[in-house]
Amino acid sequence: MNAIKKLLGYVWMLLAPALICFLLYEAVQKISAANEIQRANVTLQWVIILLVFTPICVGFFIFGKYASANEYAHLPESSSEIE
Amino acid sequence: MIQEKKQSGIAFVIGASSVGTLIEWYDFYIFGMLATIISKQFFPADAGTAALLSTLAIFAAGFIVRPFGALVFGRLGDLIGRKHTFLLTLVIMGGSTFAIGLVPGYATIGWAAPILVLILRLLQGLALGGEYGGAATYVAEHAPKGQRGFWTSWIQTTATLGLFLALGVIILIRSSQGVEKFSAEWGGWRYPFWISLLLVGVSILIRMRMSESPMFSKLKTEGKTSINPLKESFGHKGNFKMVLLALFGAVMGQGVVWYTGQFYAQSFIETVCKVEFIQSRNLMLWAILMATPCFVLFGWLSDKVGRKWIMLIGMLAAVLTYRPIYKQFLSLTSAKNRIEKIDLAKTTISEPKVVTDAKEATKIYVTQIFDTAYTDGAHFRYTKTDTLHLTAAYDANLKIDTLNPSLIVSKSVKPNVVIEKTMDDATYWNLIWLVFIQIVYVTMVYGPIAAFLVEMFPTKIRYTSMSLPYHIGNGVFGGLVPFLGTLIVEFTKSPESPIGDALAGLWYPIGVASVCLIIGVFYLSNKIDKNVMD
Repeated sequence: MNAIKKLLGYVWMLLAPALICFLLYEAVQKISAANEIQRANVTLQWVIILLVFTPICVGFFIFGKYASANEYAHLPESSSEIE
Repeated sequence: MIQEKKQSGIAFVIGASSVGTLIEWYDFYIFGMLATIISKQFFPADAGTAALLSTLAIFAAGFIVRPFGALVFGRLGDLIGRKHTFLLTLVIMGGSTFAIGLVPGYATIGWAAPILVLILRLLQGLALGGEYGGAATYVAEHAPKGQRGFWTSWIQTTATLGLFLALGVIILIRSSQGVEKFSAEWGGWRYPFWISLLLVGVSILIRMRMSESPMFSKLKTEGKTSINPLKESFGHKGNFKMVLLALFGAVMGQGVVWYTGQFYAQSFIETVCKVEFIQSRNLMLWAILMATPCFVLFGWLSDKVGRKWIMLIGMLAAVLTYRPIYKQFLSLTSAKNRIEKIDLAKTTISEPKVVTDAKEATKIYVTQIFDTAYTDGAHFRYTKTDTLHLTAAYDANLKIDTLNPSLIVSKSVKPNVVIEKTMDDATYWNLIWLVFIQIVYVTMVYGPIAAFLVEMFPTKIRYTSMSLPYHIGNGVFGGLVPFLGTLIVEFTKSPESPIGDALAGLWYPIGVASVCLIIGVFYLSNKIDKNVMD
């Protein structure tokens, strides 16, 4: 089980930047495809999406890093293990 | 005797906490419930879908700031205590909701209207970000051993009951006033916002009588409260990795399942399936009413069998069945599927009604209603409005049919068509069951989550640590479901396919829930923490 957790950790680490790239690509595509009237609206929507999801993707990358380092092999059973 | 006293004590704790949380959810939801009217009141009249998307964006902004509320009020809650913090959030929420009801429309104050609404909406989001974690922590810290899932599940019902209350109040006012009065600039749609002041006042009085959480009081007496909850929650690797696990392994999936079942479903039934306003809300009310006891059922069950698998089974069921369920929504409400049931004797086409534009006498609106009746009792109403520009002012004594075509300068290429479908009883109940199934998924993922989160973190930083992942999962991942779902469907539209793929919006919740499910299966533990005093 720990080997799978570790392996999946690498998957999350790859998935996080891939998601950011995908969102950036989509943002550029959709903003340039929008017509003149709609452009401001579409840009605002994509700025919101990027601002919100980029830090989450960074968190996802860190989660993957912890997982690949087997940090989740044992989950704490009392608060003293966390502190 | 002591046991009885304990039970009544916890019952008061639950009651007092739940009433306040329920009212905060009510405040938060009425905005979403009234999105279509708000988009007309606070944005230019000709903005159409752009106005609706902007309203949904403001609605979503309230969700996006929830994690910030979690940080601000979570920190306060771990420093000064649970009770005073969630009293403060209640005041902010009540005040901002009441104020939304006072903002004049776009027609009166222009762009200041949506800006003011956005600011108040952000305040609502901040307050809610501080409320839920406090209430869940407070209840969990009072709950007897081995019953944490059961008692906290009552707090979990408040979100759905808040939605129920919001829907109920809106339906009641709209039914008593009629559509026109309800939708006017200072019409009945504002009353649900004003009612909030009264509800919050009552809730504050109840909460004032509550005492501080015993665990927090003990820590305070011993001088063991946290000095810097933010640093201890997110600066220490041991705790931060649990915050990340809570977010990606449980709450992110729970958030999308919740908002798909309760919000996307309603939005889909109303704006895509075009089911009539009152009927679409009534069917949500029935589904919510029938499914709500399942929160307590799954909360109780999680005390017996653990929290993990109940939540993950709920997620799996959602991933596997969302597309078939929504396909069924489309099929049940499709006009194409009921051509053979048309009741020609009762089907009517109204006389064209002409209204002259208030500002331009040469501009007229010609409205005609096509009412299709079906043998099973369903009625589909198509209201088509053409805009015509004439060479001279329209003579009201003339019938539109007799108007000389040479007088028409231009006619709208695409008429405005409003579709309202009133479904027959059998279809209506089928729709209710389909929503009910989705809300049962919600109860599976949401019922045990408060106990699950409380057990993950130490008392002294619990408010901060559990609030942040909860509000990112629910506020951001979940709250954005209606907005992103609508946006994804917009992307699939093209000149060849003007309707696009109505089911495309589901890929967002399905994708998020699938990733969360995999993480949950491999990384989460099913153990129940017996001691949350540490």
